[in-house]
Amino acid sequence: MQQEPTRRQRWERRQRRRSIAVAALSSTTALVAVVLAVPRLPGYRKVRAAFFDGEIFVDTFGPLARAFLYDLQIFAWCAPAILVSGMAIALARNARSPALFPLRVAATVYTDGVRGVPVVLWIYLIGFGVPGLLQSRTWSNPVLWGSTALIVAYSAYVAEVFRAGIESVHESQRAAARSLGLSNTQTLRHVVLPQAVRRVIPPLMNDLVSLQKDVALVSFLGPVEALRRAQSFKSSLANFTPYVGAALLFLCVSVPLTRLTDHLLQRERRRMSATAIR
Amino acid sequence: MPRRLLLSFLAAGSLLVAACGGDDGDDATAASAAGAGTEGSASCAAGKTLKEGALTIATGDPAFEPWVVGDDPESGEGFEAAVAYAVAERMGFEKEAVTWVRTGFDEAIQPGPKTFDFNLQQFSISEEREQVVSFSAPYYATNQAVVGFADSPAAKAGSAADLAKLKLGAAAGTTSLTFIEQVIEPDSAPYSYNDNADAKAALESKQIDAIVLDLPTAFYVSAVEIEGTTVIGQFPAGDGTDEFGLLFEKDSPLVPCADEAIAALEADGTLDRLTDEWLADKTGAKVLTV
Repeated sequence: MQQEPTRRQRWERRQRRRSIAVAALSSTTALVAVVLAVPRLPGYRKVRAAFFDGEIFVDTFGPLARAFLYDLQIFAWCAPAILVSGMAIALARNARSPALFPLRVAATVYTDGVRGVPVVLWIYLIGFGVPGLLQSRTWSNPVLWGSTALIVAYSAYVAEVFRAGIESVHESQRAAARSLGLSNTQTLRHVVLPQAVRRVIPPLMNDLVSLQKDVALVSFLGPVEALRRAQSFKSSLANFTPYVGAALLFLCVSVPLTRLTDHLLQRERRRMSATAIR
Repeated sequence: MPRRLLLSFLAAGSLLVAACGGDDGDDATAASAAGAGTEGSASCAAGKTLKEGALTIATGDPAFEPWVVGDDPESGEGFEAAVAYAVAERMGFEKEAVTWVRTGFDEAIQPGPKTFDFNLQQFSISEEREQVVSFSAPYYATNQAVVGFADSPAAKAGSAADLAKLKLGAAAGTTSLTFIEQVIEPDSAPYSYNDNADAKAALESKQIDAIVLDLPTAFYVSAVEIEGTTVIGQFPAGDGTDEFGLLFEKDSPLVPCADEAIAALEADGTLDRLTDEWLADKTGAKVLTV
């Protein structure tokens, strides 16, 4: 037999219904305001024709999607390399042994120096500079050196994220682990890093999403990837719609990526604490 | 609390609607004012320009040689600077009545109001572009040309088939990239660069074997900008021929005036004279077979 809801449950249900209704009403108002207002603006037709031309979108989307494979490839090998080297730099910065002092200084100089320089300059400097020094046709591949530049630049950002994570683990955790007889390395490996990495996953994803867009900077060195292809279409068609197509392709990767992380984190939080606070 | 939130949403919505209504009105008055100016003017261009009695001309930022010498269009030196002043004069504007502004390609095609009466920076006339902007009659026609190091194997290329085996590059957003893909059809995907300066860096670091660009720029790049390079050749007139026109806002009333001016400059030999004065002799480069 079903139990009669308590007064409190009834009240909670009423409250929940009420907030859903308010949220729905306010969202509809906002949406209607935008949908009704924007087409009333004087330049609406011109802007729609310049950015959202259906025919151009359909005609250019195929070549854009093929060019986007380039971006995906570059992202696919840059991301793991950045995570590994970022972690290495973070560990070097946190090295505690006095003998490793030079390593610590080097890591600090690296993160400070690299982050201060715009990514575009790294792309040019490494992408044109290194092949210029080598003067070898076989070692001149712009994708290789463009990827290297991205790894150099992004490692510094990611290293700082990892460092923040490592430093956020309370000193008492380290002390407890050491008192149990774990060595310094074991403490780092089994106690500090697992907690540190878990904590920095959201900012890490932030950097990866940003990397996914900066991959397009490799096009400065010549490769015709999605954004460059869009530029080429824009220039011959005198219309910005191809950029919208390229943006959709980038969104196709970044949105699922962030949703997935959110999901993983939520699951993690639910596992760690008995109840979630609404 | 939720009620206050709702109210603020409603208020924001009504403000938006009110704001749009205001803009509608402004546009209507502006349009009628422009219409009134065109009536009863003696000269073709009078009253049709952005600023009464003045002609605003746009060029690239920076503007490159040999089109504009020293990035200083006010001097009237360089082919496009000279053509601009000649056209302005024919349209009834003295040198003093001409003001220069700078725009990129994007600013020229964006949907908002334009900052110039006409824009010249080697814009190729094309059907697709004419959907969005208007062009004058061409003031210059050029073929695609190829630049590479004189001592490289690329320099021996005599045909499109020879070039197809090489790594080719072009500045992005130019007709040259399309030309490479559709006419030369190279074995490896062509590279594209932000501008000729980047293409030059790629050429110097051996990432590409040759650059494709318009002939006058090719002569300039090989003679002045990159030591040791040569114009490998030019393509015959045909698919890759670019006709440069003055770019106007779509259906600008100034287009017929400019067409008239350019026709007159062509008829009295001014365009030929300016070509001889500022651009290298076209016949200097061997013609490649397609």
